[in-house]
Amino acid sequence: MDLFYLAISSTFVNNILLAQYLGHCPFLGVSKRIGTALGMAAAIIFVTILSAIFTWSTFTYVLRPYGLEFLQTLTFILIIASLVQLVEIILKKKSKALYNALGVYLALITTNCAVMGVALLITRKELGFIEMLVFAIASSVGYALALLLFAGHRERLQISAIPKSMQGTAIALVTAGIMSLAFIGFRGMAA
Amino acid sequence: MSKTQHIGATLKAGLWQRIPPFRLVLGLCPSLAITTSAENGLGMGLALAFVVTLSNGIISSLRNVIPGKVRIASYIVIIATLVSIVEIVMKAFFFPLSEQLGIYIPLIVVNCIVLGRAEGFASKNPPLISMADGISIGVGYTLSLTLIGSIRELLGSGSWFGLRVFGESFEPLAFLILAPGAFITIGILLGLQNLFSRWRGEKFIQS
Repeated sequence: MDLFYLAISSTFVNNILLAQYLGHCPFLGVSKRIGTALGMAAAIIFVTILSAIFTWSTFTYVLRPYGLEFLQTLTFILIIASLVQLVEIILKKKSKALYNALGVYLALITTNCAVMGVALLITRKELGFIEMLVFAIASSVGYALALLLFAGHRERLQISAIPKSMQGTAIALVTAGIMSLAFIGFRGMAA
Repeated sequence: MSKTQHIGATLKAGLWQRIPPFRLVLGLCPSLAITTSAENGLGMGLALAFVVTLSNGIISSLRNVIPGKVRIASYIVIIATLVSIVEIVMKAFFFPLSEQLGIYIPLIVVNCIVLGRAEGFASKNPPLISMADGISIGVGYTLSLTLIGSIRELLGSGSWFGLRVFGESFEPLAFLILAPGAFITIGILLGLQNLFSRWRGEKFIQS
């Protein structure tokens, strides 16, 4: 039951994009069309879960026993960067179709703060292995959900009449604000 | 253009033409997340200014040494080292602020502004002017974050830097402190800046 709560709360209530504000550069950058948003969402789910497993293991079995917590930032970013590279190489070799579908977004993920953010949140909350897995999956699915919903909105925005000064990023941010307001409605469900 | 003029122009660019996160739409995550009060905005801005100035300086001094193929990885290691320094110093001397900013301090590593300036400016220019660019972007970011934080704190909790401004009868718009308020404040500020630029006839309106 606790795991179920954790999943619901990290997908909807503490949505990583709309309530924790992580990963906004791709959020505004690739959300202009649903197709590209889908590719990005898939890549993010994939990398977030993998990097959560690796960073959690490193932190629990290497950094903490030796009292090296201050190296956390440096280690995590290196793990994520090399992981993204590795995934890119493997996909290129094994599954050309998926590689082409994810394309440039895979490389961009290194600097996506959602991936690093999930890794850091996990160590801050001191989760166990199963909880960590649930948290990583639920958070990245929440990210994908918000990204896709938002891409749908932005496709509509392109054909609406918007004051000149508000066009582009400005109206996108206000739209995201209204969406975030809707997600606040989930607060009653789980803390 | 002489060298001093060039540095002067670079210093000025970060304050309006390239001011992040409005003109240079990078580094949005911390600008949304921690600007619940003016103090947090100022702290975050200063931390980023420190990192971006030093990383620009270091990367630009090493720009002829770092091989092109591994440059992004090398930049990230340099930036991560600087961020770790900031993190440790903040924990030692500004503990309450570092608790407030939470994971957003280590997340400066993946803040696109730092890497963006490293790749876009420091890798092509000599150290002095790169540091000038870092200072100017850093100060611009600090100003924007303090402004966003001030607006949200003033209207959302009726205080500024923790001091009460409005009297008892003021009913705070609590929604500005919550997540949606951040998006809407920044969106409207961006719109106002575009409006002002159009009124002055400036040419760099983003699409």
